[in-house]
Formats: sequence, C-alpha cells, structure tokens
Amino acid sequence: MPEIPPTQDSVIHARGLTKCFGAMTAVDGVDFDVAPGEAFGFLGPNGAGKTSTMRMIGAVSPVSAGTLTVFGLDPARQGARIRARLGVVPQADTLDNELTVMENLLIYGRYFGLPWNESRRRAKELLEFVQLTDRSNDQVEPLSGGMKRRLVIARALINEPALLLLDEPTTGLDPQARHLLWDRLYRLKQRGVTLCLTTHYMDEAEQLCDRLVVMDKAKIVAEGSPRQLIEQYVTREVLELRFNRDEGEVGGIAADDSAHIDHQLDGLAERIEQLPDRLLVYTADGDATAAAAFERGLRPASILVRRSTLEDVFLRLTGRSLVE
Amino acid sequence: MAAIASASSAPRLPLAAHPAFRILEHDLLVFRRRWHSYLLSGLTQPFLYLVSMGIGLGLYVNRSGGLPGGVPYLNYIAPALLVTQAMMAAAFESAWPIMSKINWEKTYLAALNTPIGATNLLAGDLMWIAFRAVLISVMFFAVILAFGAVSSPLAVLAVPVALLTALSFAAPIMAFTATQKTDQAFNMLFRFGITPLFLFSGTFFPIEKLPLFMQPLAWITPLYHGVALARGLSLGQVDAVGDLVHVAVLGAFAVAGVLAARITFRRRLEV
Repeated sequence: MPEIPPTQDSVIHARGLTKCFGAMTAVDGVDFDVAPGEAFGFLGPNGAGKTSTMRMIGAVSPVSAGTLTVFGLDPARQGARIRARLGVVPQADTLDNELTVMENLLIYGRYFGLPWNESRRRAKELLEFVQLTDRSNDQVEPLSGGMKRRLVIARALINEPALLLLDEPTTGLDPQARHLLWDRLYRLKQRGVTLCLTTHYMDEAEQLCDRLVVMDKAKIVAEGSPRQLIEQYVTREVLELRFNRDEGEVGGIAADDSAHIDHQLDGLAERIEQLPDRLLVYTADGDATAAAAFERGLRPASILVRRSTLEDVFLRLTGRSLVE
Repeated sequence: MAAIASASSAPRLPLAAHPAFRILEHDLLVFRRRWHSYLLSGLTQPFLYLVSMGIGLGLYVNRSGGLPGGVPYLNYIAPALLVTQAMMAAAFESAWPIMSKINWEKTYLAALNTPIGATNLLAGDLMWIAFRAVLISVMFFAVILAFGAVSSPLAVLAVPVALLTALSFAAPIMAFTATQKTDQAFNMLFRFGITPLFLFSGTFFPIEKLPLFMQPLAWITPLYHGVALARGLSLGQVDAVGDLVHVAVLGAFAVAGVLAARITFRRRLEV
C-alpha cells in the first residue's frame, strides 16, 4: 500500500485507527487521509468495519486506539464541534415518523442551533434540491425508499456541512432512485463538499469516488483511485466463460474437465478465477483470448467479454466476491 | 452550501440555547399535533375516576362511618388520584416512547449526529415528561375544583408534588429503558410494579390497613410518599418533618434515577 503523507489540511486523518467491541476487533489499525473536496470511499463486504470507521469519524463512537482527527479536531474532546460541521447519512433512515417532511428538516436545523426562520429557509431550499418540495407537508411514513433517502440527504445538509458522511447511501434502492441520488451527490461534490462514503457496490464506488480504500476483515487491503486499483491488481478486460453443468457437478465444471480447460487456456490469460457458476479469465484483450481458446477446441456454453471492475479487484485481493 | 461553518469557540449561551431544549422543542412539536387528544383524555380521565371512586364508592365509605375527621372520601382520594395519574403517564412515557427512540425508529441516533449529546437527549425528554406530568395534574386539579372537592388552598400544591413524583418514576425507568433491547420487560414492570403500586400505595385506602409485612414495602416506594404528601397538603394537614421526609424520598429517587440514566444512556448510545 502506498504511504500517504500526513497533511496539515486533511479533512480526516487516521493512523492506526482501531475499534474494539469487547474481544471483537471491528477496525484493526487502519491509516488513511481524506483531502478537502475529495470523494473518498470505503469499499468492502458487510462486516468489514466500514460502518464502525464512519461512526468514529462522525464523533459518535469513541476510538479504541490510534489517532483520528476530523477538521484537525479530536473526536473524544471536541465531538460536538466536529458534529456541528458534519452531515451524516446513516444506513438506517432514522427519520421521525411523528413529523412531516418539512418538520423533519426544521427540527434537525434546530438541533444544529439554527434560528427557526433560517432553518425554514434552508429546509425549503434543500427540499427543492432533493426534489421533494411537493411532499413538504406530507407524513414521512408513506414516502418511497428513494424519497426517504433523499430526505435524509437533505437533512444531512441542513447545517451546510463541509464533510458529508454517507453509509451505504443507495443500498436497497431501485436503479432509477440510485441514479438520481448519485446525481445529487455529484452536484454536492462540484460545490466543494468533501464526500466520504461506504459501499459494497463497486459501480457506486466507481461512479462517485476519486479515491478509495478496500476493506476486508477490519483491515485496509488496498488504496487508490478506481482506475489505479484496476490497473494494479487486474487486467483491463475479463473473459467470462460458462459451461453446461451436468448432474452432480460442482462449480459448473466437472473435475476432470477442469484440468482440460486449464490446459486449453494455458498461456492465454494472466490469471484465471473459478467461481461457483463461471470462470473468469483475466486478459488484456478478451476477444483475442476467446478466439484463441476456441481455436484450441474450448466450447463454453456462453462467452462474455467485459471491462474489469472493482469487483475483480476485490476478488483478487480477498479471494471472495464482494456481494455474497 | 459548502461554506465551512465557523468553528469559533463556544461562547457563553443563555439557558434557553442549551441543546437539551432543542429536544424538548421536538417533543412539543409532536405534542402540538395531538394536543386535543391530550386535552380530551386529560379531562375525561379525572372526571370518570372522581365520579366512580369519589362519588360512587364514596357514598358507601361515608355512610359506613366515614373517614377520621369526617373528611369526605372524594376529598380523600382526589389528590391521590391526581398524583397517581401523573405517575402513570410519566412511567409510560419513559418506557415505550424512549425505547422507540433508541431502538425502533432510532430518532436518537439521528440527533446524536448533531452537536446534541446523549446526556442532552436524556435531559430534553425528561423535561418533556415533566411538562406532561404538569399538564395532566393541572387538568386533574381543574376537575377537582369543579367537583368542589378541595378542603384547603394548599391543595394546589398537589401539582408540584405530582411533578416530583412523576420525575421520581420517570428518571429510574428511563435509566432502565436504556439497558433493554426489547420492550418485554416493560409488561412485567407495569403488571408487577406500576399497577400494584397504584393499588397499594395508599391511593384508595390508608397503608395502615395493609398487612403489617407489606407496610415497609409501601414506605420505600416513591408513590406512597407522593400520595401522602399531596393528600396531607390538600386536606390542610401540614406536618413539616413528615412532609420534608416525603420530598426527600421523592427527590432521592429522581436524582438517583437521573444519575443512573446518565450512565446507561451514554453506555447505550455512545458505543
């Protein structure tokens, strides 16, 4: 992992950051820096320690060991001052079902010490921004999942935060709702808001993050831009091969076939990964590799050539799929 | 939008700017939506109790020799019922609604992401419960007045006594709520704790009529002290030492509850 120089103006600065719950270590000595205006991501499967890291950054969960500063402040002693400048979009919506859409924003603005009229002014503006103006006076309960998420984002922006923390912002949303949300986050980024998000969707990380760390089992296993990570850990393209599976076969490929296929692909690929339902062949040129394998007599049931993604990086680094 | 909020050091703020009041404000905003139902139940409950117990049951009590000093039964139980109703509401409010804010709707978690800390959540919601207790007591007192069941001007002191009694229940129950993962224990608490207290803390009959072994139990429960204090004052029977003891016991429960809740709230919410 490349060493990140500690900078004075890092928005978030973590060294050896650790979180323990009793005997369980949720975050095990991670190092990272987030620069102002950057979109920084934590990519990893459930239970990798992403949420625990976010909660420590959010100054709501005490650091067990190591150093952490947010805006140059210490979360243990200056938590309220850090939270005053943060926007947080938690995994669970935590909206107040006893209040209307507008009231949810109004009262949240009051929690940040805004005067009523200022809170109301910002709430109106934010409802416009997340396209919920026509639902202002509605109850929260009947809103769709995507609308609730947008409302939570509006709520997180009521204090005009310099840093927005988003924990799995689009989990459980349909594609249309996700794209709308990504668009809003992209606009925030353009306005100079620093974004820090966790996700287990590689497309989300690729869409939103300038830089990310891959987390697995409480540790950071790689760090870089999505493009850097793909260049460093996998080939440009992937050839996906599926074979007809017969009764009693495991992994779609009969054991004796497996050796045969390996032989047919020998020298054609940089690396081969066998998944339960398919074979991933890592190569610079998928079409050329497919043609060469066909030449040697390989007859898969289906062939797909695609660009490598962070999912492949994760598979390479951990030997496991991201979403299981 | 991205303007970095000024990070000036916190200046000395007036009391109303304290973060705990923001939580109270939230609760009042919710209350504003439902005030009519609070008003309706706040007036009908005392009416029904006073008619059935005070007048109905009172008819028999008064006829069969009555109470010492010729006190009408209605005047005897009215201040006790007032205190009990405030206590019941406080006990309820510090159980299920708090559990929801911690565990079900998790609105506390949203508030914790703002400068408001766990202790201010506790303080704010305790103030709300205090507000509710006062509201209930004032409405109850208005109904008592309407029934003409007041023997002394001191009777109005039943309202602050009810407030103190409500807090002496609310604070320890809030402390307990923050230790619970589900609401299962609340059913037990109410079935075997709150309801028996309501029945046996001297509300309907003097605890001297309880079996001897149960009397010390009544002394250590805060409700007995709230009821005895409110009743004594309402009947114009001031007993300086006894009354101070009552206040001290109620205060002790409230203070101990707050101290315990400060610990359990932080333990639960700041992990």
